[in-house]
Amino acid sequence: MKVSELVKELNLEVFSGSAGLEREVSGGYVSDLLSDVMGNASEGDIWVTLQTHRNVVAIASLKELACVLLVSSLAPEQNTIEHSNEEGIPILGTTLSTFEVAGLLYQKIKGAQ
Amino acid sequence: MKRFRADLHIHTVLSACADLEMSPVNIVNCAKEKNVDLIGITDHNSTFHCSLVKELAEEEGISVLCGAEVTTREEVHCLAYFSDLATLDNFQKYIDRHLPLIPYLPEHFGYQAVVDREDRIIRLVEEYLNVGLSQTIDQVEQEVHRLGGLFVPAHVERQMFGIFGQLGFVPDTLLCDAMGIMQRSAEAEVRSKFRIAVSMPMIKASDAHALSAIGSACTWFEIAEPTFDEIKKALKGEDGRKTSIE
Repeated sequence: MKVSELVKELNLEVFSGSAGLEREVSGGYVSDLLSDVMGNASEGDIWVTLQTHRNVVAIASLKELACVLLVSSLAPEQNTIEHSNEEGIPILGTTLSTFEVAGLLYQKIKGAQ
Repeated sequence: MKRFRADLHIHTVLSACADLEMSPVNIVNCAKEKNVDLIGITDHNSTFHCSLVKELAEEEGISVLCGAEVTTREEVHCLAYFSDLATLDNFQKYIDRHLPLIPYLPEHFGYQAVVDREDRIIRLVEEYLNVGLSQTIDQVEQEVHRLGGLFVPAHVERQMFGIFGQLGFVPDTLLCDAMGIMQRSAEAEVRSKFRIAVSMPMIKASDAHALSAIGSACTWFEIAEPTFDEIKKALKGEDGRKTSIE
């Protein structure tokens, strides 16, 4: 499933990094500890978090994640947006909480496999 | 140059997680007993006890570095120290502007008491102080430096609330005056694990929440006198001033 398909189906906001909207999403990871994501997320994951710091993009890039999804109406910092555009890694947003959106993502991603 | 034994991360009874025995007068007496020459007062998101500790400590010949342990929006704990009480007050106003007001239950989380020199409770702080400010770590660092203060990420090797655990790595634009490490850690191991440059000074401190912990982890300062400016020079390694972990 592509990032753009998830955006459409879950009505997600695209804050930045739209060059990466055709990336393939193969799984998901939910964490707000960036060191945990560095250690345990997998390539192709959509990363669900409430962290908006610029380091999020660096770690998504390092781990070759598909995209980042910010929950609960949070928005990225300005320098996070810039970094995301440079890296072409989409930062998405939703008004839903982590619990709600993780449930929906699980159905979409695992259901499609 | 003289040598001063410093424990620069101590909580008072104002921090919900600290013991009720951590009153300013008890902290000063305990520091004296344990031969600590210089203490840092760093409550969670609050500076209200600094002036009383400073007043009591000076009567006993102990010096105080006034500050706070700030929780940033990313939930990274960072120590901030200031040169004088007027500046500290300005920083308190910054905290007040950015502290989310979250009601809490003191019977579950601990009391946040402001006391006087006779240990009488003057007031209880009603908003929960152990929460992240609505300011990013970069914004907090910039405000501390705008006020001429020192910015020191606390217990950097801790998985929770340490900068490496929360943020994965130190953003290259963040200006740290030093990094704090915990009582049980070895400086060399922390440096090697997180690849911290030799040029970055490290401070070991107790992070005392109980009297028994005061002075259990210290850093030596070789400085002319125990003042903010001299401590700053020591962290920068200027004019022959130095620091070393005990």
